[in-house]
This record gives sequence, C-alpha cells and structure tokens, in this order.
Amino acid sequence: MTSRYSVFSLLRNALSYHENWPQAWQNKEPKPRYDVVIVGGGGHGLATAYYLAKNHGITNVAVVERGWLGGGNTGRNTTIVRSNYLWDQSAALYEHALKLWEGLSQDLNYNVMFSQRGVLNLAHSQHDLREVSRRINANRLNGVDSEFLTPAQVQEMVPIMDLRAKGRYPVLGASLQRRGGTARHDAVAWGYARAADALGVDIIQECPVNGFRRENGRITGVETGKGFIEAGKVGVVTAGHSSVMAEMAGFRLPVQSLPLQALVSEPVKPVIDTVVMSGAVHAYVSQSDKGELVIGAGVDSYIGYGQRGSMPVTEETLAAICELFPLFRRMRMLRQWGGIVDVCPDASPILSKTPVEGLYFNCGWGTGGFKATPGSGWVFAHTIAQDEPHALNAAFSIDRFRSGFLIDEHGAAAVAH
Amino acid sequence: MSGRMRLPHGGQIDHNKPLSFTFNGRAYKGLAGDTLAAALLANGVHLVGRSFKYHRPRGIVTAGPEEPNALVQVGEDPRTDPNIKATQLELVEGLSAQPQNAWPSLEFDVGAVNTLAARLIPAGFYYKTFMWPVSAWKTYEHIIRRAAGLGRAPSQRDPDRYDKTYAYCDVLVVGAGPAGLAAALAAGRSGARVVLVEQDHLLGGALLSAAEEMIDGQAALDWVRAAETELSQMANVRILRRTIAYGAFDHGFFGLMENVTDHLAEPPAELPRHRLWKLRAKQAVFCAGAIERPLVFADNDRPGIMTASSVQSYINRYAVRPGKRAVVFTNNDSGYGAALDMTAAGIEVVAVIDLRSAPSGPLTERAEAAGLRILAEHAIIGTAGRKRVTKVRVAELAVEGDAVVGAVEEIDCDLIANSGGWSPTVHLFCHAKGSLNWDEEHACFVPDKAMQAGQRCAGSANGAFGLGSCLAEGAEAGTAAAAEAGFQAGAAVTVESEDRDFLPGRWIWLVPSDKPLGQKAKHFVDQQNDVTAADLKLALREGYVSIEHVKRYTTTGMATDQGKLGNVNAIGIVAEEFGRPLPEVGVTTFRPPFTPVSFGIFGGRDVDDLLDPLRRTPMHAWHERNGALFEDVGQWRRPWYYPQFGEDMHTAVNREVKAVRQSLGILDASTLGKIDIQGPDAAEFLNRVYTNAWKKLDIGRCRYGLMLGEDGMVTDDGVTTRLGENHFLMTTTTGNAAAVLSHLEDYLQTEWPDLKVFLTSVTEQFATITLSGPNARKLLAELSDAELSPNALPHMGYTAARVAGVPARIFRISFTGELSYEINVPASFGMAVWQTVMTVGERYGITPYGTEAMHVLRAEKGYIIVGQETDGSVNPLDLDMGWAVSKTKDFIGKRSLTRADMLKPDRKQLVGILTQDPQEVLPEGAQLVEQVLPQPPMPMLGHVTSSYYSPNCGRSIAMALVKGGLARKGETLYAPLEGGKTVACVVAESPVFFDPAGERLK
Amino acid sequence: MLLISCPHCGPRCESEFANGGEAHIERPKDPETLSDADWAEFVFFRDNPKGLVLERWNHAQGCRRWFNAARDSVTYEILAVYPMGSPPPALDPKRYV
Repeated sequence: MTSRYSVFSLLRNALSYHENWPQAWQNKEPKPRYDVVIVGGGGHGLATAYYLAKNHGITNVAVVERGWLGGGNTGRNTTIVRSNYLWDQSAALYEHALKLWEGLSQDLNYNVMFSQRGVLNLAHSQHDLREVSRRINANRLNGVDSEFLTPAQVQEMVPIMDLRAKGRYPVLGASLQRRGGTARHDAVAWGYARAADALGVDIIQECPVNGFRRENGRITGVETGKGFIEAGKVGVVTAGHSSVMAEMAGFRLPVQSLPLQALVSEPVKPVIDTVVMSGAVHAYVSQSDKGELVIGAGVDSYIGYGQRGSMPVTEETLAAICELFPLFRRMRMLRQWGGIVDVCPDASPILSKTPVEGLYFNCGWGTGGFKATPGSGWVFAHTIAQDEPHALNAAFSIDRFRSGFLIDEHGAAAVAH
Repeated sequence: MSGRMRLPHGGQIDHNKPLSFTFNGRAYKGLAGDTLAAALLANGVHLVGRSFKYHRPRGIVTAGPEEPNALVQVGEDPRTDPNIKATQLELVEGLSAQPQNAWPSLEFDVGAVNTLAARLIPAGFYYKTFMWPVSAWKTYEHIIRRAAGLGRAPSQRDPDRYDKTYAYCDVLVVGAGPAGLAAALAAGRSGARVVLVEQDHLLGGALLSAAEEMIDGQAALDWVRAAETELSQMANVRILRRTIAYGAFDHGFFGLMENVTDHLAEPPAELPRHRLWKLRAKQAVFCAGAIERPLVFADNDRPGIMTASSVQSYINRYAVRPGKRAVVFTNNDSGYGAALDMTAAGIEVVAVIDLRSAPSGPLTERAEAAGLRILAEHAIIGTAGRKRVTKVRVAELAVEGDAVVGAVEEIDCDLIANSGGWSPTVHLFCHAKGSLNWDEEHACFVPDKAMQAGQRCAGSANGAFGLGSCLAEGAEAGTAAAAEAGFQAGAAVTVESEDRDFLPGRWIWLVPSDKPLGQKAKHFVDQQNDVTAADLKLALREGYVSIEHVKRYTTTGMATDQGKLGNVNAIGIVAEEFGRPLPEVGVTTFRPPFTPVSFGIFGGRDVDDLLDPLRRTPMHAWHERNGALFEDVGQWRRPWYYPQFGEDMHTAVNREVKAVRQSLGILDASTLGKIDIQGPDAAEFLNRVYTNAWKKLDIGRCRYGLMLGEDGMVTDDGVTTRLGENHFLMTTTTGNAAAVLSHLEDYLQTEWPDLKVFLTSVTEQFATITLSGPNARKLLAELSDAELSPNALPHMGYTAARVAGVPARIFRISFTGELSYEINVPASFGMAVWQTVMTVGERYGITPYGTEAMHVLRAEKGYIIVGQETDGSVNPLDLDMGWAVSKTKDFIGKRSLTRADMLKPDRKQLVGILTQDPQEVLPEGAQLVEQVLPQPPMPMLGHVTSSYYSPNCGRSIAMALVKGGLARKGETLYAPLEGGKTVACVVAESPVFFDPAGERLK
Repeated sequence: MLLISCPHCGPRCESEFANGGEAHIERPKDPETLSDADWAEFVFFRDNPKGLVLERWNHAQGCRRWFNAARDSVTYEILAVYPMGSPPPALDPKRYV
C-alpha cells in the first residue's frame, strides 16, 4: 500500500536508488458494481471521489476516465487560485475551496505546490475602479481577504509593469488577494488520485463512458469501453464534454463548449512574483516555479471540441501582455495549447441533481474551474452522498435558468479565471 | 585565424571574413557564415552551459533547432535575449554571448553540488516533500525559483520594433532542402503563387552539411544554387529565409516568424527586428526534413558527445573539426557517414561502436573498405571526462541487447559522434491534426493522414530518407499541390540521385551498461531538463504509466527543445519497459511553436497608443487646448473635467456642476451612439426592441427607451426621436453603440426579416453639443433660426434648424434636469460650431463640463447610467422604472420579467441613499448592511452604485441597489468601509435629490 | 484561424466575423403563453454538439449580414454556408463520442 511521502521516505528510498517506491495509485479494472461511479478523472472528479470516501465513508467508488488522469482542463489550465468573487454564493464556494487549498498538500500528503503569491486584478478605467471597489468591499464583508492597491503600490509589487497613463490601458489601481496564487495542476490530480486510492477508491483509466443505463427514471449504471458497470449513483464531472454526457442521459444543459487557450514562454530567472490579471485586455500572467511565464488568453466565440483555438485570440493577449510588460517583447513563446471549457450563460457553474434520479452533474465552470477543485469535490460529494445539495452549492442548480435566479459573474468579476 | 580547429578551406563560410565575438567574457574570432556554435567549436570550446537540475557541464550536441544544451544569453540589456540556441545563432561582428544557469562561473558552478545530492532529487521529488511546516513552502519555493529558470529577461523596455503582415498563396512549401526545393520548383513552374519558407539563411537543408552528394550528376550544392536562381527569378515565388513556420492552424492558416535584423551587426533603423507572417495557403507541402536521435547510453551528456550528423555539419558546412580523436557510436548506417567525413577532415576515428550484430549498408561498407575499426554488437557503457569527454568504456552486447558481456575496453577520445536513427519533422503536419503511423523498419513516426485538405509531407519529413526519394517526392508533391490549387503543371522537375537510406538499424532504446540503471551513471533522455532513463522507469514504477503522465512527472520533452531529440527515445524506453508495441504507447501532442517565437511579433506595430483604436470627437483638440483631463469610455476618450488655475478635481467639478444649474454649461456629447432607423416598419421595430410603446410617438417628439436582453436584464437606454413618419434617430450609451447596432441588426435580419427597416450607424457623422442650464435657450436663440419657445419646442421635442449657420438637429432633451438642447451638426462643422457657441456664450459665463460633472448632475436627478446602476443582473422593475415597461405589447425580454425569481420582493432595487453626515461621501462600490457585525461574514443588502458630493444639494448624494430597497425607505443602513470605518446612511424617499417636480425642465 | 465563406463577400478570415450561436432557434411567437421552463429553453439552452454544428455567423467587419453555417466542431471544417431562413442542407448529422 501507499507509503507516506516525506523527506525521510525520500532519504530512505534514495538509499535503494528509488527502486522501491510503491505506485501512487493502482490502475484498476472495473468491478461489476459500485455504490458511486464518478465519470471523469480530472481534479474535480478525483476530489469528489476522495471526499466521498473521506467525508461520507462511501468507499465503494470508481472514477472512470476516458484517457489519462488530469488530461482535460486540469492539465491545461493556468493554475490560478483565488476566491475574490463578487456574489455571495460564488465567494462562499470559492472561499471554501481556498481554505481547503491552504491545507491540501498536508491533507493529501502530496505537495501540490500551492503558492500564495497573491493575485492582482488590474483596473484600467473609472468603470473598472468602481467594479474593483465593489468587489473588494463585498469580499471583505464575506470574509474573503481583498484589498485595494494604488498604482504606486502596484508598481512596488510588480516593478516591471508599465503603468503609464499615456498607454492605451493605464493602470489606475488594482485589487489584491494575498491568499490567492497558483498551484501545480498535475499534482492536484495525482495527489487526489493517490489519496482516494488509499481510501479504497478504484481509479480506472482509458475507460470511456458510452452511455447511461436507466430504469424508471433512475440511473442504474454506465456503459463503458470496459463493459457495463452497475452503479447506485453516478456523478458526471467531464468539463468540455458535459453536453455530450447529458445528451447520453437524455437531457440538455445550458452550456457551450468553447476553446480556451494558454501559452508559456521559455523559462527565465524570476521576473514577476505575483499573478497579474487584466479583464479589460483579457490577459493574465504568472511565472511558474520553473521560470516559464504562464499566460492565459480569452475564449473563442464558437463551439469547439478540438482542444485548440484561433490565432487572433493569442495574438491579442500577447499584444496586451507586451503592453503591460514592455520588456516581455523579447521573451519567446515556447508552447501554446487549448482546452475546452463549458460556459454557462451566467459564467457560474452547475453542481446539481438532474432530471435523472441518482445522476448528478458538475459542470459549467467556464474558464475558472481549477481554483475551485477542492471545494467543488467537497460539495459535489455531499450532493451525491446526501442526494441533496450542500448549502454552498444549493444556488448552483440547473433550475436557476428557469426560475431566473442567475449568479451573473460576467460583469463585475472581470475575466472569471 | 578563426580558431585552431578550423579547416583551411571548404564549407559554406567566408574564410576571408573574420568576425570578432565574445563568449563567457573571452574574445574569439569566427567567420562569416558561422553559427555561434560553429565558431566556438572552431576555437575548441565545447563547454557552453550547465544543466537545469544537476548543473552538469554541457556542450554543443547538435547543429540545429533541436539543440538541448547550447543555450546562451545574447547581447546587453535592454537588447538581451535569453535561451538562444548557439546552433542557430548567426555570428555577427561584435556578438557577445554568455552562458546561462551557472554561478559564479561556467567552469566552477556552485550549483553542481546538486550532482552530489542527485540521488535525493529524482523525478517528481518535489511532490513528496517540502510539505512541513505548512508555512515553509514559500521559503522552499523561493529557493527553487531562484535555482530554476534559464537565462535572464531584459530589465527594461525593449527598444526594438516588430512587424506583422498578412500573406496569401496557392502553395506553401516549408523547408528548402532537396524535397522543398523540388516542390517549390514544380509548383512555381505551374504558375501558382508559392511561398517557400526556410529557417536557415541558406537554402539546401541537409545538403549544406553533406560531403559529396550528387544530383543529376553534378555536385548537390550546384543543383541547389541553380534551383535557387530559378526560383528567385519567378515572380510568383517568394522565398522567406531566416523564417520559421512555427505553427499550422485551421483552414490552411500558418504562423511564420521572419528574423529580419538579428543577423545584422548594425540593423538599419527602418527595419523591424522580427516579422509575423499570417499566411493563408490553399495547399501546403511540409518538407521540414528529419532530426537525428542520439543514443541513450551511460553518461551520454558530457561535452564532446554530439549527434553524428551534426559532426558532419560542422565539418562540411562550417569547416570545423569538433575534435581530434573520435569514437562513433551508432545503431544504423548513417553514423558511418560521420566516420568517413571525420576521417576525410583529418580527425582520427579510433573506433566505430555499432550496436548492430552484423553492420551493413552502403556507408558501413565504405568505412570497412577504408579500414576503420568497427566493433560490431558493441556498446558504449560509460564515458569519462569532466568538462569534456576524455574516454569511453566499451563492451560487447549480449545477444538480447539488454546487457553487456565480456571485457571492458577503454578508449581515449575527445569526441563521440552518435546516431540512434532519424525522426521525421512532423510538427506542422501534427499541429494541423494530421495523424501518424509508426514505421517499424525505420523506427520512427511518419505522417499518415492529413486532417486538413491540401496538406502533405514530402521527403525525409515523410519518412522517405534517400536523397533520390526526397527529390522525387518533393517534385510530385509540388506538382500535386499546384494542380489541386488549379494550376497546370509546368516543365517537369526530374532530378536523379542515389537513393541511400540509413537502414538497416537495430533499435535499442536504452543502451545497457555494466551498472544497474540509475546507479553511478546517468542515461540522459532529455538533457536540458536532466531527465534520465531511471527517471522514466521511476515514473512507471510509481504508476504514472500514460506517456503524458511520464512526460509531466519527469518533465521529459518539456524543455526549450520540446523533446525534438528525446521524445521518441522516451517513448521507446516506456514501450520496452511495458513490453508493449511502441505505437501503442503513443506520442504526446505536438503544439506550436516549432521553435520559440518572440512575443513582440504578436503586437507588431500595434503597441503603445496604437494597441487599440482611440476615438476622439471633432472637438477633441479644443478640449486639449483648454486643459481638459480625459477619461477612457470604451474606445472613446472623453473630457473628464476642466481644471482651471490649479483646481483640484473636487473644486473643478463643483464649479462645473454649479455653472450648469446657475447659468449655462456645454458638454461634448458626440460619443453617444447614434443609429439612423428608417423604413415603413420602423415604429413597429422600436416597439419590439424597447420596453415601452413607440407607435404613437408624434413626429418631432423624443422618447426615452429601455432595452433588455431576452433574459429580461437591462442592456441599454437612450432617447429616440421621430424625425419623420418612417424615420427615427436612436441614441445609445457611449460604450454600447456597436453592441446595440449588432443586437438590432440581428433581430431585424434573423427574427423579423419581414420588417422593412434600415439601420445605419451615424455616430461619427454628427458632432453633438449639449447646452444645459437656465440660459441655454437664450444662447441658442442668438445662434439659431429655430423657434425655441416652450410651446414650439417643448421638453422632449425636436426641430431641424441652423445653428451658427450650420444645418443642425436640435433635440430638447436633458440628462441634467436643466433646460437642455442636444445639437447635432455634421461632424466636420463640430469644432466651428463649438467655438462659435463658446464665444457667444461668454456673456452667460458658458462653462464646459466633463463627464464627472455630467454624472453628478444626472445623479442629482436620479437618472441612471446603464453599466453603473446596472450590471447585467438588473431588470427595469428593479430600477423602479415600471413606468417605462408596457403591459400590453411584447418586447425583447418581456417574458423573462414574470419568472418566479424576478417577482421576489427581496430583489435588489435601486434607491437613493443619504449619509447621516451630509459631508460624508460614500465610496462607490461600498456595500450596505443592516447591522454591523463584529467580524465578517456580514450579510450584505447591496452596494452603492453612484455617489457624489452635490454642490447644488449642499450635501452628498448616492444611489444603491439594495435588497427589497423600495420597501426600506427611511431605514438606516450601514456601509462598513475598508479600514474599519462605518458610515451610517438612510434610504431616501426618492433618488431624485434635486428639483423633484421637474420644474426646471418646463 | 477559420476561413469562412461569407455568401455575399466570399472567403474571409474568421476575425471579420461574429459567431451567433445555434441556428434555427426561432423566437417564440407568443412568449406570454409559454411556461417558465419553455421560455428558459429558448433563452438559455442550446445544442452543444460534438460533431455537426448548425450555427449563425455575422460578417461583422464586412457586409454585416447574418448567415448560417454547418461546421464540424471537432475538425472545424465548414461543410456548408446557407442563407438565414432556409433549412439546413442535407448533411450527415455526425456525432463524436
């Protein structure tokens, strides 16, 4: 079984030339039946399985993944973690996630490199300033750390930024969440997989789901590439492919699958110590521990399942980045890629029961799901275990689109990464 | 002399043009035509850097873009570039380069202690430790970050310029080696528009590095020159040298980066440094060649260990001997080419170590004939030498190839040329989602099916490795591409050459050693990221079995060379470990760019003030002359306020606000969106897009309207005027004009195509001058022939007239609550009319006011601003604007207003807010609570949307969206502010703080 | 960058166009008669197929006219463009899993 990771186990294994490390998780073949099957082995799905076992004692659980763990948006995002959302419902959910992030490496016994280097959201206009102020005040009263920085304070924090009022997007101020930052995306998937496996969860890779079996309006199992798996309940966490899954289950979702792009530069010595986001120019940048500038762009406007986007989007983003950081013009792009994000009309997720009894969906995180991973898993596990939403995700139902109670994070949250 | 290792003649360099350069602080000489790597090797310099993790000394491995080690920092701040591959960097006079990632020096690197600790830091070690204490990660991370990174970013603004351009062609040919030249010739002769892209500054590709290839009976390079001449003379062919086709995107779209001036010692000021080509090609032929793989053997990373073909390149193209005493290590025939070329160049080849049990092949036979010592079925099982390889240990291979047997021989050498086979350069083909096949015989991935129409590979990029095949495939592909683009073939390109492959080969992915793997020696797979075969096996042992997991856990293939050397070896090792066929393991996704491209090209010249279009009104220059400070509203730059005599903002705005109420103000309102709406169904159309009724609006009358989305939320507002029976002029908010026009066009074209309505944006056709204040009528009367009496032109009335002699439209509408006229004149007369108005208006103390004063004035009247009082989640009822919502007709968004959650009494509603202390101005964005709790969380009721000091009211005023606000009039609420202060305030009876009866509008 | 054939102007780069989401969604003639659920279906719910997509495009920086296109949402190949108001051409209703 799994041994604990620590500097001592590292030393001990070094003596045996690392020949004796156990598997981080076992790659299993499916059993005929599980109490819960989680479809999708990304961060959210694995976290759901982990909290089902840890918080609810439900360990007869399988996570089925069509490819490799963390191969979707978990392994493609720009790893920004923050909780400074405008609306109460969002702030509560993301703040719960952030608190979990703060102890996640220790909880999972896997270093997810959660780096609380601070997240700056820039304001470029009087309108931005009003929105920043509104959000900071809302965050503070919700118990989410958030503060306003003057241009001089921004400059002190990010000396290489060009704040010139002469440029097209002068920096007039910023909000700062000091507890925000970045984490190592792959480690989140792997850490949850290892921790879930240790609690008895079966991790099944290369196992696509091709259909759902239902009886009398209730889910009875999933048809997979490895045969039928009977299931008491099924949780679907397949960002990018949620509509495809919903179609198999016989209902529609109010989501669109759009391409989202990101890129990294070649690695250089540290030049920027915090995360900088600008909604107005659709750009955000941080520097990875390896030294690469990690840059996120906006979404393309059309449905795309191709995990690639179009050049004008990255072009605009890089032009804006070069404007904010004129010395980056000489930096070079090393790699660019795309993911598929599910976007809801109100830019907020769905964590919800569905028209099919025993079938639950977790989707619609748009461009900002990574930061929610622990909190999403936590409340989704609760929703599945109790067959009713946790207080933190009650508002994030599919029904809100019918009743009109939307949680519209478009306007004030700027880019919702 | 340009270096002691330089051959006296030969090569594609100019022996008569010496160039001076420095590396690592020392001065050297090279020759024109050298790369930095060639010049360093000519001077006997192999040690050029330290590795990423273990800080092991590293040398030049290749002669091209696949280079993992020879990365240098070039130039001086601010024109300094990190991570430049010395193998691609053209030497220029005065070039200065520094090694990276070594401290304090390349020769003595403190980081090399990592080598001792190497056993503690295998792949993924950081996931297993640094977890306690919880707070310590910040410190660990700080140290890790300092240690990581390669070169340094510049510290200042980049002084260079970049450029970008669009281009279109019938046939794109990538790579100007033999296949690419043949393809370009074939396509060019058909008359098709051809773009030929070559990353090098010379055409010829691999032929530039070959010793004695023949084409059509002549020296290969003579054929290259002839082809180049012919292509240069074709008007339909464009050759882009020093240009990297870095990415293939959808529908035949390509990104290219041209290096325009980096190779010039003194670049002309008018030239950009790099240029982005955004190229659309109907057809594409990828002839990007192939890359030689190194062998993965024990301690294969010492300086002096190079790929065999790069040794040939240095000898034949650069006239450089990379060593004096060489060992060749190969598993295929092509390694013998290096042995022969080295021998010819006077390098002593002491042994050819061949993994194959019975070496054969044309070059092998020539080497045998030349009497070279060939050790068949032998392997290098170790190397020695700290800053340069000094010897190899060689042993016989066991039959299975997975172990060594027998005695170990030590051979002294200063150079190892090794070849592990060849991998076609399929990057662009795969960017465009082409699929790959595994070629078992050649042990490489080769193109299978292109996903996009009109894309094909030719030559060694297609797995056709013989020169004859390359030429034939190139010609065929070029002809086919031109034909598919609609061009008849021209004169056939028929060229003959020997068709020599590199087969047979013996594909041993991990060369065995006499020590257990990972113990006392390292088999490097990815040199730059210091990933060893033992790391790969550790990943597999720990359950990271997908090739993507192996890559991410070990970081193999993630360095700046993106695995061009190591990826196939890594896949081979993983496949072998599992006993699975290699293609089942699969490849990791190829992502653009092929080689790194500078960020600067994506901005091009659209930087600084040109980043985004800037819109100025016709009167902008006047505002500038009169000291206005500006505010960006969308793309518009609007006067914010006009400080006089050193006024601060507060004083200036108060003065402007008072002037409007007391006498006369003037506002440049040209930025308001203006949409001309004509047609017999125009009124019906407005009736459907606005919440209120429009059909009965009289000609010459104006009406305020609210626009919603289908979700029922307010998207825009404005005043629309009926100019004629079938003619309206709509105004929109400044920032939303384009979106509103698109919204209207969408419905008109797609939902209601039966309506006869025509929409025209006329925002920029008119300058809008607003006169506001009790003296507005008096002034306008002096300037205009219009009948302005309240009966003739009442509030919300319209008339056409002349103002200052210019035809004008006069709208009596008001956003200040004062008697106001919005005057539209043709944009080109805007400045003249404005100036006349200012001159004549002097007697009324006419005062220009900016957006800030406008905001205060409208807030005094409780008028909303869409985007400030609304945020996409506010409906008209929330704004207490039910009076503007028709109950009887349908309109866009109406049905949404009766959904369950829209009717709840605790929705956020717009109310007026008055602070208890009249001098206290609430910050906009302040949140309101019913009760201040000692600490958060505190349930919030809503937020302050607008807040100002109102000099006319003599106190602060504010508006807020408050839960159930309309039922809370008179209640006291609190705004807990940043810094701990709490402001008490009262929900006002009405958000109209000034002239609630509207007397002043009459 | 997609190459989109505007039926009025010819092939142009994607950056000249605006995507308008799913085609053939008709605005209900009498919204007041719809249930909340049916109205929400019209406002918020759209097909999101992995495969054949019928969608609206506007040549925003050209003729500003709307038209429909049939596109494969995986390969991004545009299979047909056709005018507003006309039914989609007969195409394989392809779905990837």
